[in-house]
Amino acid sequence: MTGVSAPVAVETPTKGVRRIRVPQKLRNLELFLIILVCSVNAFAVVLVQFGALGYADSTVVYLGAGLSILVFGMHIALRFVATNADPFILPIAALLNGIGIAMIYRIDIAEELTGWESTAVRQVVWTAVAVAISIAVILVIRNHRVLQRYTYIAMLVAAVLLLLPMLPGIGQEINGARVWIHVGSFSFQPGEVAKIALAVFFAGYLVSRRDSLSMVGTKFLGMRFPRARDLGPILVLWALSMSVIIFQRDLGTALLYFGLFVVMIYVATGRASWVVLGVGLFLAGGVLAGQVLTYVNDRFTNWFDAFNPANYEAVGGSYQLVQGLFGLASGGMIGTGLGQGRPDITPLAQSDYIIASLGEELGLAGMFAVLALYLLFIARGFRISFAGQDDFGRLLGVGLSFTVALQCFIVIGGVTRVIPLTGLTTPFMAAGGSSLVANWIIVALLLRLSDTVRNQPRLVI
Amino acid sequence: MTRELKRVSVVVFLMFLTLFVSTTIIQYFQAGNLDGDARNARSIYASYDTERGPILVDGQPIALSVPTTDEFKYQRTYPAGPLYSAVTGYYTLGQGSSQIEQSLGDYLSGTSDSQFLDYLNRLVTGQNPQGASVELTIDPVLQQTAYDALGDQRGAVVAIEPATGKILAMVSKPDYDPNSLAVHDTQQVIDTYDSLLAADGDPLINKSINALYPPGSTFKIVTTAAAVQTAGLGIDHTEPNLARLPLPGSSNTVSNAGGGTCGGGDTTTIATAFVLSCNIPMAELGMEIGEGALGDMANAFGFGAELSVPMDVSASLYPRGLDDAQVALSAFGQGSDVATPLQIAMLSAAVANGGTLMTPTLVDEIRAPDLSVLESFEAKELGTPLSSVTASTLSALMVDAVESGAGTNARIDGVSVAGKTGTAENGEGDPYTLWFTGFAPAENPRVAVAVVVEDGGGLGQDGTGNEVAAPIAQRVLEAGLNR
Repeated sequence: MTGVSAPVAVETPTKGVRRIRVPQKLRNLELFLIILVCSVNAFAVVLVQFGALGYADSTVVYLGAGLSILVFGMHIALRFVATNADPFILPIAALLNGIGIAMIYRIDIAEELTGWESTAVRQVVWTAVAVAISIAVILVIRNHRVLQRYTYIAMLVAAVLLLLPMLPGIGQEINGARVWIHVGSFSFQPGEVAKIALAVFFAGYLVSRRDSLSMVGTKFLGMRFPRARDLGPILVLWALSMSVIIFQRDLGTALLYFGLFVVMIYVATGRASWVVLGVGLFLAGGVLAGQVLTYVNDRFTNWFDAFNPANYEAVGGSYQLVQGLFGLASGGMIGTGLGQGRPDITPLAQSDYIIASLGEELGLAGMFAVLALYLLFIARGFRISFAGQDDFGRLLGVGLSFTVALQCFIVIGGVTRVIPLTGLTTPFMAAGGSSLVANWIIVALLLRLSDTVRNQPRLVI
Repeated sequence: MTRELKRVSVVVFLMFLTLFVSTTIIQYFQAGNLDGDARNARSIYASYDTERGPILVDGQPIALSVPTTDEFKYQRTYPAGPLYSAVTGYYTLGQGSSQIEQSLGDYLSGTSDSQFLDYLNRLVTGQNPQGASVELTIDPVLQQTAYDALGDQRGAVVAIEPATGKILAMVSKPDYDPNSLAVHDTQQVIDTYDSLLAADGDPLINKSINALYPPGSTFKIVTTAAAVQTAGLGIDHTEPNLARLPLPGSSNTVSNAGGGTCGGGDTTTIATAFVLSCNIPMAELGMEIGEGALGDMANAFGFGAELSVPMDVSASLYPRGLDDAQVALSAFGQGSDVATPLQIAMLSAAVANGGTLMTPTLVDEIRAPDLSVLESFEAKELGTPLSSVTASTLSALMVDAVESGAGTNARIDGVSVAGKTGTAENGEGDPYTLWFTGFAPAENPRVAVAVVVEDGGGLGQDGTGNEVAAPIAQRVLEAGLNR
């Protein structure tokens, strides 16, 4: 009897129960949805091939499969680092992304683009990059509250990103808007990523300053307006938006930033006066810009009187808007079917006008489905804010969700003539790497936020 | 914060509600208007996705769509070139279509109501929609004969089967080649179209149904029919035989062709006036029986009716509210009455068919791609302008007019041809409009024809209906005998 074996006997049961397997109900639901979504995406690509080519081409299917693997990779990452994350956000993003690729691929076929010329191939690669970055974000940011520490760094990042296209040498003007940077054969729209930095900055800034922004002020017309010295931030943002309109000639992005700020300051302070001030300032600036800047004025003219032959035939006129409407109309209730319409007639059918292309081939039914998907995505984001415990997280959640909502409204509203047409990308769908990267980062942040919300200890009374 | 979040949620919801509504408005409520916009290239492309059905004559296509490798999938071709241009019309890339291509466009493109289920079926199964085929009543031999006989003259020829109303030949000149408008180059189509539109003689107009001419002496068929049937006068009813008839309330006078009296003697009969085609006795007769009898008879023959064959036919017109001088002129087809060549052919057809006028049509049968019959020809009466007695009276007069009267150039050896010439004045010094209408054989009519030649057949005021139009009609009638 040496007593040597005794500790071994004690250790054995501990090893066996070292890890208690808890069924990951949310993740299993997510897995099921992802499988469903990947099948739908593959089916869409095959339909496009049969509709537009008349036969199936396996190479594109391989690319799609590669993409599905990345989405599964993200799902697996969530199983380890964000067990309680919302199970709907990832599948919805993957579905919208996949339908977008199918549509872009369909227009490639119409325009006979193949190989690296093909926008769809580049979109697939960009999606891979975006999902990879998204995985990285979810792995690196284990707690969203660390972002609050970088409030002012986020502001700096946003400012630099916004100013980059203005730099000579790398800044590039496409279709009249100076919002791209160009290095080698690689172009990027930094403003897309800037919106995330702005949301982080707004959330951090408003959490720390909300009291002074909401409590004091003078009452006027039944509303408490802020003191002049507290007007600083909104005036800075207004100036920023106006400079985007003037120097980058990008009405949509300006509206997006400013709308984001107004909503976040309203949620933070609960003061309707901020909304009144914000909307008033933006309208005044917009009207002034319409008077002074011809491109803004043109947008309004094209909107009001799109079918006027003078506007229709003018350079930079309403041709695109009207052709988009024709496309939507020819889709009707059930659409022409994937690959069976003529979405390529409309300029920028893969990027700014992808929603019109979808409406043409999938009809009003498909349009409603896509709108419902966005609405569901945004609702999941808002849910985080409703359930959240820390104000920074709640503000960040509403900010990120609202950018997606507002961007959808600006783009789809522009295409369907609710508001003047401005060049913005349809989240997840439109061809373009910067937009994909930005929106997949939003996916990662929303997933991280939702995981934190569910993990929070609840106050039980 | 939750209260604000709720409000922002409502705003987001309203934003999306707006999008749901805006897309519904565009894709559902405004879709029809937007699809119909002339600038909408998609409607044009969509129409070209369909294999448009062929137009057939005696089983052979005179218009058909053949597959192409370009983006429009099908090319419309007209194998016979200009021969059938008045019948098929043209079918262009977004610049419209005409004649059968237009009036039966729904069937040819497969979008008519009766093809709806088939269209839906093909849409769901992903097959390209296919249009119906249209078989015409045209007789290829008669069409070719009429086309060749009219030659380079401007005018029209229409031949009808009197017993059924089937249109056997329809020619309008100058013609054009519909292939030249079927090319898939919009600018070229527009240029060709513009040059055809500006061309002398209006080649794009189907003169057989859409040109209105003064009917001249062919209208004497109506006047005589009204005198015999409505006024109850015999064909031996007499009128004063004058060399010059002053028109009441006017300084103008009417004279006969050639300037003399109508045969010898102090009086002349309706029969003589018809056979020799005298104007003065007809003018006197017209004033005697009046505008009401003339107009009602004209309408019974189809004047004033909105016909479609299935192309819309311009309504021939016998105006009302005329004074005596105008009634006198109208009785021999001058003045303000006007008629299409089809209408004039219908005069002969009604006489030939024992007084019963059949509805004229070009469509024999419309078949779906699966060969099921969508529409088939059915002889329909348009009316009975004449009793059989009046019809045979008129038939005999028309035979005499060809045998020994004003229409001798329409004679066919061994066959009795019935006919009536017309030489209509257009204005001081203007060339005449030359007519012939008739049918053969008189005892068992197989074909009725109307020929109109514009510009006096190139002879100014020297040409006559007998000289220029009758030989053309004779060739068509002769070809019709072999049917």
